[in-house]
Amino acid sequence: MSQLTAVTSEAPRGALSSLRTRLSGRGLTLGILALSVLLSVPIITVFSSVFGDSEGVWTHLYSTVLADYVTQSALLMVGVGFCVLVLGIGPAWLVTMTRFPGSRLLEWALVLPLAMPAYIIAYTYTGMLDVGGPLQSWIRATFEVRFGDYWFPQIRSIGGAITMLSLVLYPYVYLLTRTAFIEQSVCVLEVSRTLGATPLKAFTRVALPLARPAIMAALSLVLMETLADYGTVQYFGVSTFTTGIYRTWFGLGSPIAAAQLAAVLMVFILGLVLAEHWSRSKARYHHTSNKYTRLPRIELHGWKRVGAMLFCFFPVVFGFLIPFIQLSLWAMDTWELLDRSNFLGLFGNSLKLASITAVIALFLSLFITYSKRLRPGLFLRSVVRVLGLGYAIPGTVVAVGVLIPFAWFDNTLDAWMREHFDISTGLLFSGTLVAVVFAYLVRFLPVSMNTLDAGLGKIKPTMDDVGRSLGLKPLQILRRVHIPVMKGSLMTASLLVFVDVLKELPATLILRPFNFNTLAIRTYELANQERLAEASSTALMIVLAGIIPVVILSQTISKSRPGYEPSTRTQ
Amino acid sequence: MRRVLTTIAAMLCVSVTQADEVNIYSAREENLIKPILDIYSKETGVTINLVTGGADELIQRLSLEAANSPADLLLTVDVGRLYRAKEAGVLQAVNSAILDAEIPEKYRDSEGYWYALSLRSRVIVYDKERVNPSELSTYAGLADPKWKNKVCVRSSSNIYNQSMVASMVSHNGVEATQEWAEGLVANFARSPQGGDREQVTAIAAGQCQVALINTYYLAGLLNSSIPADRANGEAVAVFWPDQNGNGAHINISGAAVTKAAKNKDAAVKLMEFLVSDEAQHWYAETNNEFPIRADVESSDLLKSWGDFKADDISLDQLGIHNAEAVRLMDRAGWK
Repeated sequence: MSQLTAVTSEAPRGALSSLRTRLSGRGLTLGILALSVLLSVPIITVFSSVFGDSEGVWTHLYSTVLADYVTQSALLMVGVGFCVLVLGIGPAWLVTMTRFPGSRLLEWALVLPLAMPAYIIAYTYTGMLDVGGPLQSWIRATFEVRFGDYWFPQIRSIGGAITMLSLVLYPYVYLLTRTAFIEQSVCVLEVSRTLGATPLKAFTRVALPLARPAIMAALSLVLMETLADYGTVQYFGVSTFTTGIYRTWFGLGSPIAAAQLAAVLMVFILGLVLAEHWSRSKARYHHTSNKYTRLPRIELHGWKRVGAMLFCFFPVVFGFLIPFIQLSLWAMDTWELLDRSNFLGLFGNSLKLASITAVIALFLSLFITYSKRLRPGLFLRSVVRVLGLGYAIPGTVVAVGVLIPFAWFDNTLDAWMREHFDISTGLLFSGTLVAVVFAYLVRFLPVSMNTLDAGLGKIKPTMDDVGRSLGLKPLQILRRVHIPVMKGSLMTASLLVFVDVLKELPATLILRPFNFNTLAIRTYELANQERLAEASSTALMIVLAGIIPVVILSQTISKSRPGYEPSTRTQ
Repeated sequence: MRRVLTTIAAMLCVSVTQADEVNIYSAREENLIKPILDIYSKETGVTINLVTGGADELIQRLSLEAANSPADLLLTVDVGRLYRAKEAGVLQAVNSAILDAEIPEKYRDSEGYWYALSLRSRVIVYDKERVNPSELSTYAGLADPKWKNKVCVRSSSNIYNQSMVASMVSHNGVEATQEWAEGLVANFARSPQGGDREQVTAIAAGQCQVALINTYYLAGLLNSSIPADRANGEAVAVFWPDQNGNGAHINISGAAVTKAAKNKDAAVKLMEFLVSDEAQHWYAETNNEFPIRADVESSDLLKSWGDFKADDISLDQLGIHNAEAVRLMDRAGWK
């Protein structure tokens, strides 16, 4: 049994090394490398601040608020990490391996909260549950009590922040874990069953350990997103590293100390990622069998059926349904007040940015992760590690990290052209959508890289060797062998980026060109004036724009299983 | 593939250049400024291009873009940021007889780097039912232990709180202000959270009895189309603090011409329009702010709160003492 749980094998190095030599010196690899370095510039800019002089700001932080930042951020991470694992893995296993009423629906419905930006769900629940909200007002009116005479959980608290973030972030874990379960060969599960394991044991001792790279990839994304979150914690008055960074930067007027705080955050994340990596040691998680038969779905009965339903519907109801309904009610209330003249424009802008970024990020991360597979040299690995940190950096910090090199490039080119040709080129890239998309890539590339890395890691190296022995070139192997096998991961990667861009706010706000707005910006501007009800229409449109690809994706993931036959689904 | 890439590239690189135009970086949200800019465009034919965003981020963008920045005008909703922009060297001084004539001296930079366009005050609001206004007097009075568990205010990360505390630092010094802040924190009914409107809601719900908010937020509630908002607004009344002392704390929304401005004259003309009768009325009616000009009437609602004595501290002071204010609020435990 223990042999089975760790289906590990050393990558046959000899076979791959011949590929490496073939690919070395290829323009593509160099191009990818150059681009990766370019993309790490904003992150390195932040790191380089470590050597700056913060003029005593740290002493002040240390003696006043730093302990608060550290404990609150740590609490938030532990809380959200625990909740997303429970909310993500359980339902992923249940809807993949069992059948109960609603399980088909849940397969895709469980992803829906992904379309809900964290700050919007926070606004929505606050509107409902806060001291002035309808529920507490009703309690006061019905029981004729005043505030303080009854107990009610404080929504704006660290607990509230953990709940809100978990409700919208668990889909990362759900999606990636479910993809892993689907891509797993059923043979290992069957073998475990023939060795006497109960279905539960097959889950905990075989399927779960095999899905570990996917779970960890998802968990690290969730934790990074949690650390970078500003909207929710700021609104709830929870002092974390992110709010501290803003406060130090703008309030205390110390960009250097702020960047140093951000650097501390990144070192911490890097530490976590490396720790996880080392703990895997030499274990590899390829699939050793190619036999894919129909997944044996267990029909659940009795209390198991009820339990599974409650467990799986819970996150959908609280993470999506309730806030969605509340937003719709508000939208209907305020529909008359709205300036709807450019709704379509906003919608178009958001979709345009999201799809362009998703496509670019997909290609980039596919090539980067594939290059890493072929040539896992120290340099490439380090670049990938650095790039992977972008997701943990608050959007504003990334945006300024992008502004600095872009403005420098534009201004230097302009000065040079003036000097030599007496032509002013002005700002070529700063203040264009190129800068915006670049910032998105810095921030969201880790999302698609993590997803694809997990997907690619599951493919045995012998697949490469077989392809190679049939005379295929590395890129042909990628196209004809890997891509078809990891279609689910590819779709997941592009969807995650797409939805993340739809929701993104701070970088878009700072970097965008004149007269260019997105749904997220409009929503934020109204919410920032504390006009939550009026912000609900555009918030709703973000959610709707996110739902369409979410549904398409879930369909694709279900079908992505090698050996999937449509007929087996309609029984 | 190539065609796709070309199209993407073409979609991304869109630059706008036109003859008669003003390019604005605005910290005031689009729906609160664009209507009046549209009116100006219609009247004059001048094209106005707008980017909105956080003031600090926009200042950062201005200073990085340096001489090539496309922006002509910076709009902010707090004087601290105008001061910061001036310090960062991204503004230039302008001369305008109209601006000098219409805007009182205390509401513009002594060197002409920035000009106020509208006024707002940070005041005490109180529960009409449970608080007798005779118990209220000054900002300092809110630190009195009799208000224990009765005070609501938003986070000290908010610039309006920072500017208010900065003005107190300027008037009373750091030590006295910190002592006050500690007393205030001890009186908090809850950990600071939400925005100004939500402090009013908390009073209406009975969680606290007094709060510090900017005037236009209350006006926004009272003018809201949502009945619950109006009810919350009705539950409180405005109290003008420090009327026998320095006067109520005042902040401004303002404008400044950028150093890199390529349309300086057009930018100044637009600023002159923004202090015209028409625009000043609009500020009062739509945004519920006090006009910068004494001769322009504010809205009926604003008038209903009565006349008040405004603090005539030099507004620079709010910028100068900002960092000190944040530090002392950190020390006082004001989250």
